[in-house]
Amino acid sequence: MVERVIVIKNRTGLHTRPAATLVKTAAAFKSDFYILKDTFEINGKSIIGVMTLAADQGSTLRLKFIGPDEEQAAQAVTELFERGFDEQL
Amino acid sequence: MSAVRTSGQEILLKGIAAAPGIAMGPAYLYSKLMPRVKMRSIKPSDLKSELQRLRNATARSVKELQKILSFAEQKLGSQDAKIFEAQIMILNDSILMGTIEDRIKDELKNAEYIVSDEISKYKRLMFAAQDEYMHERAHDVDDVMNRIIRNIQDQRLFSRLEGESVIVSEKLAPADTVIFSRNQVLGYVTDLGGVTSHAAILSRSLKIPAVVGLRTATKHIRSGDFLAIDGYAGFVAINPTEETREGLKRKAKRFKDFEKHLVGIVHLPAETIDHRHIALSSNIEFPEEVEFAFAQGSEGIGLYRTESQLIGMAKYPTEDEQYEVYKRVADGFFPHSVIFRTFDVGGDKLAPDAYQEENPFLGCRGIRMLLDHPEIFQEHLRAILRASAKKNVCIMFPMISNLYEVHRAKSYLDKAQEDLSSRGVPFDKRIKIGVMIEVPSAAMMAQEIASEVDFLSIGTNDLIQYMLAVDRDNSYVAPLFQQFNPAVVRTIKMVVDAGHKRNVWVGICGEMAGDPLATMLLVGLGLDELSVIPSILPEIKDIIRSIKYKDAKRIADRALAMSSDTEIKEYLSSVVKSKLPEIPLDT
Repeated sequence: MVERVIVIKNRTGLHTRPAATLVKTAAAFKSDFYILKDTFEINGKSIIGVMTLAADQGSTLRLKFIGPDEEQAAQAVTELFERGFDEQL
Repeated sequence: MSAVRTSGQEILLKGIAAAPGIAMGPAYLYSKLMPRVKMRSIKPSDLKSELQRLRNATARSVKELQKILSFAEQKLGSQDAKIFEAQIMILNDSILMGTIEDRIKDELKNAEYIVSDEISKYKRLMFAAQDEYMHERAHDVDDVMNRIIRNIQDQRLFSRLEGESVIVSEKLAPADTVIFSRNQVLGYVTDLGGVTSHAAILSRSLKIPAVVGLRTATKHIRSGDFLAIDGYAGFVAINPTEETREGLKRKAKRFKDFEKHLVGIVHLPAETIDHRHIALSSNIEFPEEVEFAFAQGSEGIGLYRTESQLIGMAKYPTEDEQYEVYKRVADGFFPHSVIFRTFDVGGDKLAPDAYQEENPFLGCRGIRMLLDHPEIFQEHLRAILRASAKKNVCIMFPMISNLYEVHRAKSYLDKAQEDLSSRGVPFDKRIKIGVMIEVPSAAMMAQEIASEVDFLSIGTNDLIQYMLAVDRDNSYVAPLFQQFNPAVVRTIKMVVDAGHKRNVWVGICGEMAGDPLATMLLVGLGLDELSVIPSILPEIKDIIRSIKYKDAKRIADRALAMSSDTEIKEYLSSVVKSKLPEIPLDT
């Protein structure tokens, strides 16, 4: 298992478009992907789950990757957050 | 429900006769309201079909949403259309759908219960957030959930309809009528709607008796109640007595006998005793109706409603897809002529879930929509033109309200002809063009419009609605929808005279053309063509063949001098009763 902690940088948080990009990116990997916020955990490959997170700009999220390609998955997803989903920061 | 009902007691409900015929059988209550979900256990042997239902419902929901999305993008812009995109993504969420399927397998519960239970979890979390944005998302999630559940339940309904039943509903959309017609439906009973609603027109065409505008039918009737419906007189009997049933059976026989008499005249010309020929043609909307229209003795198709092809489609059909349909119709009726009316979309005539306008009947419908979307219009015109290669096709524009629209429509037609010429595709270069006269302003300008075209066709349903300011589907004002209102009768006369002054023929393709009470009047007003639904055509021909044009003109002149709907109607029915006693005028 690989774990990463990230802070949401883009202004609009994890709203629909970034949520879709996140799910699509994660789906390209075999590894399972979970997102923890506060005490709440959702499946990061599920759009309805990610939408439920209500993660605003500045929120801290714990990302969990479990599977054969967990390292690559963690890297790709973390980069996405780092870039602020290519949206306005 | 407050009314106490003793089971087995006969209850009579009076409504509006929308499609003729007598039907008796069990009721099936069809609700389009918020779906109610009950938890049920399923047998392991039913698991496979339960999962299939879920998948079909999801696929159908995606299709519906894609259609809404494309309309929303056109009407709202892509930003506001995003919510539908998000809904589609939820439907495509394989984790969510996988969880739902797993739960159905593990718990052996019905699909709609699991869908509701699983999706509600997310909904609750979203509502719990202190955030307006999240609350809106929760509504989206709620919409998606209800859509899937409704689609699951619709499939159950259709499969349960294997037995014959009378469909009872608040309201039926044209698309519902089409879907139901594929099952064994004995009749339709609705709370809302008038005689010219499209669902009513369709049920007449499908020869399914219908009574509409009953207001409280869904309150009084429960699924499984035995119903007798009289689509001639417009009433419904719940738990009919032996006497009621026998009376209705006798009535059905009387009408059947008259229909037998009509079979004998099917292929005789529609000509008055003093040899005035009336072109008697059919209004249809599906290629499947061509054969029936021909068998009923139709001389041509006076109105082919091209928009029927849009029902249930996620997007506009391509030029080739349209051409296939038009060619089938045109060839099926060759050498007789077929008038294709270009898409009359808007008003109540769209497949369900289309974009919403505050006031669609005064909104972007008919020619307005087409002129707004040149790409759609061009493809559509090319498809019709291609079907005209054998020179038996005419083209007609709906909802024209001024001369400028005629000019613009014609220039698009020119452009479509140029395109086809340059592609070397054959079509009728002298295709006849007509305009629907259904907006009062077009009626007033009929002479000028007639100078631009080859024929006029009066669409009485909309003309009456716009002239009298009465929503034809609103049962509260249905009595004000008067086809024999003197203003309407005089307007028809004005349009006929205007057309004849410009040497173009004038037809009528509204419901009024198929009302036996109106036939003598319309012939007398000088109409050259009557286009009616195929099922009524032989009866109208029988009337035309039994009268003299000379008498009809005198009758029309008297009606033109009258000052109320009731006066004209009473006069016409007394004339019919004395001249044509065998016509069963039953109202």
